[in-house]
Amino acid sequence: MLTIDAKGIYYRDLNNKVREAVAKGEKEIFLKNINGQYYIGDGLRGDVKITIEGVPGNDLAAFMDGPTIIIKNNAQDNIANTMNSGKVIVHGDAGDVLGYGMRGGKLHIRGNVGYRVGIHMKGYKKQNPIIIAGGKAGDFFGEYMAGGVLILLGLDGDNKRPLVGDYLGTGMHGGVIFIRGDVDKKGCGAEVGITDLNEEDKKFLKEHLEDYCKDFNLKTEDIMKSGFKKLTPASLRPYGNLYAY
Amino acid sequence: MFKSLAVPEFLAKIDPVKCIRCKRCIQNCGWSVYSWGGDKVLIDTFKCVKCLRCYHYCPEEAITIEDNPVIYRNNANWGYNHIRNIKRQAETGGIPLTGMGSDLPYPILFDHLLIDACQVTNPSIDPLREPMELRTYLGKKPARLEFDKGPDGKLRLKTKMPPQIKLEMPFIFAPMSYGSISLNAQKTIAMAAKELGIVMNTGEGGLHEEIYPYRSNVIVQVASGRFGVNPDYLNAGVAVEIKIGQGAKPGIGGHLPGEKIPLDIAKTRMIPVGTDALSPAPQHDIYSIEDLRQLIYALKEATNYTKPVSVKIAAVHNVAAIASGIVRAGADIVYIDGFRGGTGAAPVIIRDHLGIPIEHAIAAVDDRLRQEGIRNEASIIAAGGIRSSADAAKAIALGADAVALGTSALITMGCTVCGKCYTGNCSWGITTQRPELTVRLDPEVYAERLINLIHAWSHELKEILGALGVNAIESLRGSRERLRGVGLDSQTLDILGVKPAGR
Ligand code: SF4
Ligand code: SF4
Repeated sequence: MLTIDAKGIYYRDLNNKVREAVAKGEKEIFLKNINGQYYIGDGLRGDVKITIEGVPGNDLAAFMDGPTIIIKNNAQDNIANTMNSGKVIVHGDAGDVLGYGMRGGKLHIRGNVGYRVGIHMKGYKKQNPIIIAGGKAGDFFGEYMAGGVLILLGLDGDNKRPLVGDYLGTGMHGGVIFIRGDVDKKGCGAEVGITDLNEEDKKFLKEHLEDYCKDFNLKTEDIMKSGFKKLTPASLRPYGNLYAY
Repeated sequence: MFKSLAVPEFLAKIDPVKCIRCKRCIQNCGWSVYSWGGDKVLIDTFKCVKCLRCYHYCPEEAITIEDNPVIYRNNANWGYNHIRNIKRQAETGGIPLTGMGSDLPYPILFDHLLIDACQVTNPSIDPLREPMELRTYLGKKPARLEFDKGPDGKLRLKTKMPPQIKLEMPFIFAPMSYGSISLNAQKTIAMAAKELGIVMNTGEGGLHEEIYPYRSNVIVQVASGRFGVNPDYLNAGVAVEIKIGQGAKPGIGGHLPGEKIPLDIAKTRMIPVGTDALSPAPQHDIYSIEDLRQLIYALKEATNYTKPVSVKIAAVHNVAAIASGIVRAGADIVYIDGFRGGTGAAPVIIRDHLGIPIEHAIAAVDDRLRQEGIRNEASIIAAGGIRSSADAAKAIALGADAVALGTSALITMGCTVCGKCYTGNCSWGITTQRPELTVRLDPEVYAERLINLIHAWSHELKEILGALGVNAIESLRGSRERLRGVGLDSQTLDILGVKPAGR
């Protein structure tokens, strides 16, 4: 395992070091004293595991293809932007615009997430990106979603904020959102259909939650105890009637 | 359902005497205007868009397509388009769509600019006898160059050059995605770009595996829909472009109708078959220049700083300040798409009424970047209404490094600028995904025509340079002293930085 002390290192030099180490075949990297450095794991490929101590900056794991990144603390905005494969685990909260245009891989967050999470995620056959957030989420959760899976658990967090913000799934035309708790139709985009889970959904959910729970030492059964709602696009063409031909 | 009250725009007619019943018109029309009636061809003229495919493929010259004489009474205020759109909107409640650039008679400044030439006091150059340099490099240029001496005692360039796109001539092909145009059309463009030593642009629909062989002549685009974007894609081409806007539809997103999303497109875009491919209006991770900088550098990190990053915007009122922000955010190229730029699909109302023409935009941006001392930090690509090599020369003299060609490239493939690209029925096999239509476009054949066009324009550019008495396109770049305006008011002349003819 390679340890890099990131104290005072500019992001460009830090990421260069990481890239070089991965190119040399390093399988495990420990980044200590991280303090807001941008673009960690950006465009990185291979099966390396990177553990981060400290709070990394924006755009972590953007365009990433394969690696696993574990963040022991909170993380910031734009994680997993257009990520292709691999896994990001955040033990604290994470910020806005997570998983924008995400194409594959997993993003597991233990805590709350901000606004615009999972916008325009995609999926095709085996490429099925998954974001699971343990806490609460802000507005525009799953906006323009075209594929993939978003799961929101609402496990903790204060009661001052709702489980999920407004404009949930606005413009959604593919993929699926699972919310643990009740969903107010008024807060959703008009394009969203809300249903209860069938057996197949439960199986699917359980499978993914098991992996999530392993990352954070939680119990799947506890989480599965309360009810989920499933959100899917009401139409493949939410804006099909918008135009006069 | 009662009959539409919108009057058909065109009348397709077949001369029954000349017609030999070969049924080629039935096969060729993408809009199903013709059908077989047992003994003659039946015509549903409501559907005709005057793309002229049938005319060209009728062996007997039996077909004429006329503008409908019963079209509404002449009225300079209430034109045909207004009346028809109101009727269509009353029937559907929808937003009328269109393809191609605006066809409204806004003033075209290129047609009010004239280029200088040498007479007596300074010699012109004959490009047939003397070398003429059209080669163009796009990318950030260092503010100064440093040299040192190598072991052999010769001077060596010490300054590390930022990555550049090398073009043999100052033309590139404008972004047109697989989805909006057919794969054969994209292949035609890719083959021509390779042969010519210039570049094409994937647009936002991803890079199809059949375009991969042309990757060293490809700019890959990252737009709000992020279609087909993965590390392979980002590293496949010679540059990465962030698409913020398009001249034909500034400020609004993309919407590729479900009719144009068969399996293969769904695969490259990673969305379900038959859904509309939606590109949100803004990139939802870019709400400021700082956010743009973040994406620019995310892309530079993902490509290890080996590719220039371009940012494409529509020309809007405040374009100079925006471009300055883009350059300061780290872009190596600013691509400006003018008001008259083309599109595969845009709401008519947006296309015809939002933005500013490319001529004003080039002048304003070039001025601003010079004033701020950052003109060398980025190249400028001008697009949106370049119809000839003269337009290209004028754009370059106003300050562009290169021009992008979209519509003109499609015209070499048969396009008649009928403007119906959004329907997915293009009879020429260009803006359609229907296999029976796309097979008509043979990339080998049409690449040849496109190459011919660019060669011809390059020759013309060389003639213009020769007449100006210079031997490199570099000497014309930003040289507004070599332009004069005719019929322009003093404020416009001032914005363009051009003197009136006679001065
Ligand atoms: S081919 Fe074109 S011009 Fe001919 S009838 Fe069809 S739409 Fe009209
Ligand atoms: S590409 Fe086809 S549909 Fe579009 S304007 Fe040209 S001929 Fe018409």
